[in-house]
Amino acid sequence: MRKALLVLTVSIVAAQSGKYGVGRAPAPEEIKRLDLTVLPDGTGLPAGGGSAAEGKLVYERRCQRCHGAEAKGGDEVAMVGGQGTLPTPKPLKTVGSYWPHATTLFDYVRRAMPFKEPGILTADQVYAVTAYILQLNGIIKDGERMDAKSLPAVRMPNRDGFIPDSRPDTGPKAKR
Amino acid sequence: MQWGAGIGVAMTGCSKTEKTAAVEEEGPSQLGATIRAYGERSPHEKSARFLPDTKTPEAASSRTPLADSHGIITPNGLHFERHHSGVPTIDPAAHKLLIHGLVSNPLMLTMGELKRLPSVSRVHFIECAGNSRSEWGTKGAPDVRQSHGLASCSEWTGVLLSVLLAEAGVQAKAKWLIAEGDDPCHMQRSIPLSKALDDIIVAYGQNGESLRPEQGYPLRLVVPGYEGNINVKWLRRINVTDQPGMVKDETSKYTELLGDGKARIFTFEMDAKSVITYPSGGHQLEGKGFHQITGLAWSGRGRVETVEISTDGGKTWKKAELQEPRHRMAFTRFRLGWTWDGGEAVLVSRCTDETGYTQPTRDDLIAVRGKNSDYHCNATKPWMVSADGKVTNA
Ligand code: HEC
Repeated sequence: MRKALLVLTVSIVAAQSGKYGVGRAPAPEEIKRLDLTVLPDGTGLPAGGGSAAEGKLVYERRCQRCHGAEAKGGDEVAMVGGQGTLPTPKPLKTVGSYWPHATTLFDYVRRAMPFKEPGILTADQVYAVTAYILQLNGIIKDGERMDAKSLPAVRMPNRDGFIPDSRPDTGPKAKR
Repeated sequence: MQWGAGIGVAMTGCSKTEKTAAVEEEGPSQLGATIRAYGERSPHEKSARFLPDTKTPEAASSRTPLADSHGIITPNGLHFERHHSGVPTIDPAAHKLLIHGLVSNPLMLTMGELKRLPSVSRVHFIECAGNSRSEWGTKGAPDVRQSHGLASCSEWTGVLLSVLLAEAGVQAKAKWLIAEGDDPCHMQRSIPLSKALDDIIVAYGQNGESLRPEQGYPLRLVVPGYEGNINVKWLRRINVTDQPGMVKDETSKYTELLGDGKARIFTFEMDAKSVITYPSGGHQLEGKGFHQITGLAWSGRGRVETVEISTDGGKTWKKAELQEPRHRMAFTRFRLGWTWDGGEAVLVSRCTDETGYTQPTRDDLIAVRGKNSDYHCNATKPWMVSADGKVTNA
């Protein structure tokens, strides 16, 4: 029912296209320059690649002082460990134990890290440091290269750990 | 000429009836301050946002002093903040919004162009999903600024996102959009297309003036009723897609871990919630007798229908009066007269929204979610009034 309604609304929207004629059509290169989106299926990942060995060097220079040696945590959060802790009273949510998609790590580091100089890393460096963090978590093997093809194929341990919103969950109208 | 004469008459009248005696004894009154281009509040007013202790103030939050506010609107200088890489300085003349992806006509809009389009002004709260995180613990926060201050309410003005999407022509296979900010870390969130076609505002105005820089100047999303993080600030790009981005702030953060180790994802709406702001933690009642109990209620699913107040820790309840008009997904001010007998009292409020959902207690929430959810705590909040008039977190 809801789906049918949505499709209907969308076709109305398309039919009304350009009613006010305000704004301009951006050039394809303009869109490309601004488009930072990376989807879990790998759409939007740039060319380039890197290995954990290369990533270790990037990590020690650019990340370690905040996230600690081997990403075990320092002033800022740990990025390894915690697998198996999610159903316990002291869950440790890390890239390795919690994140459902490896593409998210690439995307987040490319746009937001290192914290004080976001955007400073090249695509190769982001792939490499991503590989290093995945390898520290035992998710990829030594020597495996991360690139636009291999990264979306990585299976994260908590891939199936997420469920849709099941609220309202209290009171007489609770769903469960 | 006639106008000047009128003033003269009025002034003479005034000095004769009220001022003569004072002038003789104390000399003439000093004139007040002159007119000024932009007003400031009285120097006696010190209300301020709460700034938590943090090593990274660029990735932090400040909290609204809800107990100091009147009515339902949060003053712009006191709206809570949450940033992930600091507040950028953006020149509105250079700022643009790009709409692309699964659309027939990708669009680039300047601020001037956005302001030419039909606009709406609507009152909505914005609440951080992490608001009241303190209340998951056994000992809650000591005052309402710390416990509930990651929520604020404003009148927002802008263009409905549905208008912009119609201009761009959304393609049939589109289901989501990914909105992105122009802050240094380019904060982003995925939003279902159905919500975008419903009531999302691409806002440039806040309470009658332009957005404040910390609220996204010059452009932000206002996503009525949805968790604060999704109300992307410094908005620069909307990518229409067939799938969510699974971005950091919808996987690593802003997901709720349940007792069995599974986590809820895409928990958008903020559940109905209320809190008493007077008397609340840190207040000192000046004496027994009449006090007006007041506070704020809101729901991410529509209008607040009722607020009940208990002065005996939840044994008996009385309906509070609700300020009208009650807007959907907005703060609703409630009030109830109370005569304090000078004894110990535990004050608590609970609200019910238009869907019939009633605000739960902390125990109700923990029973279904466990203690590791972190976000979306909408538990009732009791305050203890001691015999000496001191009000503390119960
Ligand atoms: C100056 C300190 C600093 C440096 C250097 C730094 N980070 Fe961070 N990192 C942070 C902060 C602060 C946050 C939290 C940001 C927020 O709350 O929005 C964070 C968060 C993260 C997260 C999200 C963790 C989670 O579980 O949500 C990842 C991943 C990350 N950083 C990776 C990196 C990588 C990779 C580097 C090196 C390229 C790096 N960081 C360098 C401070 C730093």
